[in-house]
Amino acid sequence: MRLLPRHEIQSLLLPAITLAVVLAPIFWINPNTMSYFGLGLLLNLAVPMILASMAQLCIIAVNDLDLSIGAFVSLASCIAVTWLPEQPALGIAALIGCVLLYAAIGALVEFFNLPSIVVTLGLSFVWGGWALILLPMPGGATPEWLQDIMNLAIPVVPTPIVYALAIAAAGHWFLMRSAPGVRLRGAGGNPKAVVRSGGSVARAKAVMYGLAGVLGILSALSLVGITTSADANIAQRYTLLSIAAVILGGGSFIGGKVSPIGATLGAITLGIAASFLSFLEIAPKWQIGLQGAILIIVLSLRMLLSRRGERQ
Amino acid sequence: MNKSKLALEQRPWAWSFIGAVLLWLATLAVAGGEAAFNIGLSALSFGALMVLVGLGQMLVVTTGPGNIDLSIPSAIGLTGAMAMRAMGGDDGGILAGLGVALAVGVAIGVCNYLLIRLLQIPPIIATMSSSFILQSLAIHVGQGLKITPPQLLSSFASGWLLHLPLLAWLVLAIALALAWILARTLFGRFLSAVGQNARAAWLAGIGVERIRCLCYVLCSVFAAACSLLIAGYSGGASLDMGNEYLLMSVAVVVIGGTSVSGGRASVAGIWGAALFLYFTNTLLNVMGLSAGGRSVLSGLIIIAVIVLSGRRRQYR
Repeated sequence: MRLLPRHEIQSLLLPAITLAVVLAPIFWINPNTMSYFGLGLLLNLAVPMILASMAQLCIIAVNDLDLSIGAFVSLASCIAVTWLPEQPALGIAALIGCVLLYAAIGALVEFFNLPSIVVTLGLSFVWGGWALILLPMPGGATPEWLQDIMNLAIPVVPTPIVYALAIAAAGHWFLMRSAPGVRLRGAGGNPKAVVRSGGSVARAKAVMYGLAGVLGILSALSLVGITTSADANIAQRYTLLSIAAVILGGGSFIGGKVSPIGATLGAITLGIAASFLSFLEIAPKWQIGLQGAILIIVLSLRMLLSRRGERQ
Repeated sequence: MNKSKLALEQRPWAWSFIGAVLLWLATLAVAGGEAAFNIGLSALSFGALMVLVGLGQMLVVTTGPGNIDLSIPSAIGLTGAMAMRAMGGDDGGILAGLGVALAVGVAIGVCNYLLIRLLQIPPIIATMSSSFILQSLAIHVGQGLKITPPQLLSSFASGWLLHLPLLAWLVLAIALALAWILARTLFGRFLSAVGQNARAAWLAGIGVERIRCLCYVLCSVFAAACSLLIAGYSGGASLDMGNEYLLMSVAVVVIGGTSVSGGRASVAGIWGAALFLYFTNTLLNVMGLSAGGRSVLSGLIIIAVIVLSGRRRQYR
């Protein structure tokens, strides 16, 4: 059995080339970055970003959009540095509660036919406000075991790359290969067909939103494992960056078309945009602009390629 | 009873006004007469700013399902920085500042539209990408900028006319004009047609793309105008002054009864929703909630309102 069908390899070509184009100048200017240590540093913050993008991917797969994931990762980070070390039972209960709430929102969005953008925008205020109540000032302390997991020294291959590969492989296997994953994506691809074959779109959305909540929590745990403390706005920018990563990776809003491997590549590309600028000695103020430019360029290329594909 | 129910169903915007009035009465009960009166006046000022941005978002949303402008906050940030730079804090520079703000607004709207059209991508992605670039530009332009707005702009933005804020009169005039345009002119009817069924509108010979383009441009221009007024009202432009206006613009559109799937706009509802949201926030403030608690509750209220206005989905 082939690992990836041909059309999936083709659709991954563009995200892979984009990543290579951003990486090449960094390697060129400073070959040291190619070492075990250099890559580890370069990709240090990639893991939480990839997990947040996977959370967003779950939502986009069912044709919705989550504008609250950044605020949610911030909240989970705050819980992880306040309740989790001191009152583990309360912390774990709160995190489970968040996942259930996420799932309930998913069912609600489907049941009442609500615009997910508006609902999650409102939700972002709930998460953000709660985070502010928990941690009014930046601080807190990350549990030791989290720091140990993130600082684990895996031999030969840099740790963040191992984690990234594991996340991409797990996401690909579950969503693209396993039977439940395909059924869940069906709720985005063809909800009518799901309903006619006796399935429930509301249940599928609840599961996907719940999964997004779980991935958001994992993103937060990995984030505070690296930063060792948190603040109420620590991950706000993940909201838009995660959407950008999914789109860069070949995802589209219509028909639940997503690619976990592509989104991983997209998240890494956006994550190293900052390093790219500092190696080229460009002021960091252009970082977010570069991320926007990458998005526009990749989308233009994709449009040109698909147009050529139609002509052939 | 049935008659009044029918009347309400035909006027979805009425709910937002009922909510706003109830909240104001609650404020009256909690804070007393004078405070509630002052809160009402400041609601007109802040509400006017929200309405201005909301009207633009309403036009974009009305052009059809999936249309939304996420670049409003960064458009506000960039316009504020550029206009303040052009005016240089001097009354004589006001015309230049207005010109710059208008030009920036038009340029952002055209760019957004072209991205959507040429790349054939969902408006959310297009306006998000452009907002990334606008943010970088705004940081670039606004770096180390500490210019107070010209005296004339400040006194205009915080001025009074006939016992009401000048700002409220201005936005009321804009809202009335827009309501008239939407209800009575060809453009308004065409916009409804495009939002309800773009293909049918195209087959009927309506310039669908021209109308979409115009709506995106108007949205950015309203954001640009709002940026000038915020800068004048609060005594200076800052890069993040537009941040809260993304949620606000979308929330006032939805709560105000404008159809999210397009084709049905409600100008009056934007006013009602803006007042509703402002009263919610101040009421929670008066009741002594912290910033975090206010945020949680207003988020929940927005979700609750949207759920209440939702309809069961049926797949046939």
